[in-house]
Amino acid sequence: MQELVNIFVKGIFIENMIFAYFLGMCSYLAVSKTVKTGVGLGAAVIFVLGVTVPINYLLENYLLKEGALVWLGEEYATVDLSFLSFIMFIAVIASMVQLVEMIVEKFSPALYGALGIFLPLIAVNCSILGGALFMQERQYSTIWEATSFGLGSGVGWLLAIVAIAAIREKIKYSHVPPALRGLGITFILTGLMGIAFMSFMGIEL
Amino acid sequence: MKFLRNIVDSVKPNFQKGGKLEKYWPLFDGMETFLFVPGHATSKGSHIRDGIDLKRTMITVVTALVPCLLFGMWNVGYQHYLAIGQEAGMIEMLVYGAIKVLPIVVVSYGVGLGVEFGFCIAKGHSIQEGFLVSGMLIPLIMPVEVPLWMVAVATIFAVVFGKEVFGGTGMNILNPALTARAFLFFAYPTKMSGNSVWVATDGMATVDGFSGATALGNAVEQGVAGVPSFMDAFIGFIPGSIGETSVIACLLGALILLGSGIGSWRIMLSMLVGGYVMGLIFNMWGANEYMAIPAHHQLVLGGFMFGLVFMATDPVSAAQTDLGKIIYGFLCGFLGIMIRVFNPAYPEGIMMAILFMNVMAPTIDHYVVEGNIKKRLKRIKVTA
Repeated sequence: MQELVNIFVKGIFIENMIFAYFLGMCSYLAVSKTVKTGVGLGAAVIFVLGVTVPINYLLENYLLKEGALVWLGEEYATVDLSFLSFIMFIAVIASMVQLVEMIVEKFSPALYGALGIFLPLIAVNCSILGGALFMQERQYSTIWEATSFGLGSGVGWLLAIVAIAAIREKIKYSHVPPALRGLGITFILTGLMGIAFMSFMGIEL
Repeated sequence: MKFLRNIVDSVKPNFQKGGKLEKYWPLFDGMETFLFVPGHATSKGSHIRDGIDLKRTMITVVTALVPCLLFGMWNVGYQHYLAIGQEAGMIEMLVYGAIKVLPIVVVSYGVGLGVEFGFCIAKGHSIQEGFLVSGMLIPLIMPVEVPLWMVAVATIFAVVFGKEVFGGTGMNILNPALTARAFLFFAYPTKMSGNSVWVATDGMATVDGFSGATALGNAVEQGVAGVPSFMDAFIGFIPGSIGETSVIACLLGALILLGSGIGSWRIMLSMLVGGYVMGLIFNMWGANEYMAIPAHHQLVLGGFMFGLVFMATDPVSAAQTDLGKIIYGFLCGFLGIMIRVFNPAYPEGIMMAILFMNVMAPTIDHYVVEGNIKKRLKRIKVTA
């Protein structure tokens, strides 16, 4: 149990997708103009990460990695399908995102309109595939650990996008030099926020 | 006074519109208003307009920092003579400290104000006074042995990327002084931590048993046995960054800030409570030596008090709403002690916690404001 909490907290703060690995930057930069859309996209990312990481975990352990097919019979013990992992992971992610899109469109058309193209683009959000690949690389021992990692990373992503959206709402009133308005200042902000998030790096849980 | 006024008046036409030094008007304006109370109040920047103007605010904070600066100078000398094992009088210590500390102050002010003047001239607005405080805070949170060029680099980074890109004083997200400190901490870790930077020895032989580590550095290894007694830390006879060691000096500053209404008591109080609560939690947990340090003892070590009084209360980068300030302060203290204990690589957890909370402050404000809106909407609906 404690291990699960550790992985969750690690995903939020220490191994934050945005500030530690700078993954998923495109939608993070594009949809962070207001807190409201930020929260919407963040929730979608939590859901997608929380679902795809465990599914991919199952695929990885019962289909893809070397020896995973042993449940079919002893003769499959040497089969290594991990060269298929990218395509399998992406297929799972794409179908999940399709699902999210339909749900959001049905229940919150306003949010659907506000997120626009970035909702389907979660499918190619680097943090989602990143989550699946980190799961593969770190070799979590149970599906619960993988789920906890996925949810934690999602919450970390949400925290990052909400924080920068609130800051961007605030600096609307600042006299940012014209050349830096928009993306430029957001990049600088992300860097500064990265410094602040470095406070958690190196904590061993 | 009359004499000064005459000089200022005589060169004034050169700087006014049409004069040959027109471009340098901000420089002149800054100097004039520094010397004489101007007839106009501050008109720009995101502060509440009051009888008090920005320059007065800043000078008040600088005044509040003076006890820390003076004690810091004395402590630099005290630690120096303690380390090399010589007897020295009060004045000698103060003089030695001043020789060590003043160059850092001069560099910080010189470089920072230079950058500010440059931006003012380029952008054509009048000089903003925000750097008066940052320029004093930066030296006070540096180790005494920091190379001067590093102070200069950090100051430039803090002023340009921490402040000017957002439009100058009152617009920044992170506290500029802490930005400078964090920048140095991550860019030149060997010069900002470890055992050789906190006490000035000038390469002289040190007495046996001298370690040069800060209280927090020792605490990581030895827990409560390694840290100075509560009273020592309270008065400030411990190695550390120049201005942070003395709780008494910080409290004097806090009195000035609170008395003049410039520092927020909500942030100070809630941060104190936050740090204390986290200390208590660690006491109960007690998984290692460090956690066993009593909660009240944690609060007087390292930069906690300095951060509490001068950093967390920065009116620009802190939360703006009343409830937000309480949440912000509490989390500053809570996370500060937590990072300090959990993360041996960063003994100065307070700095990182305040920076982190600077980042989160707009989010806290956003939700406090949203909550208020919701509450009021509900009230309307009930009455209607």
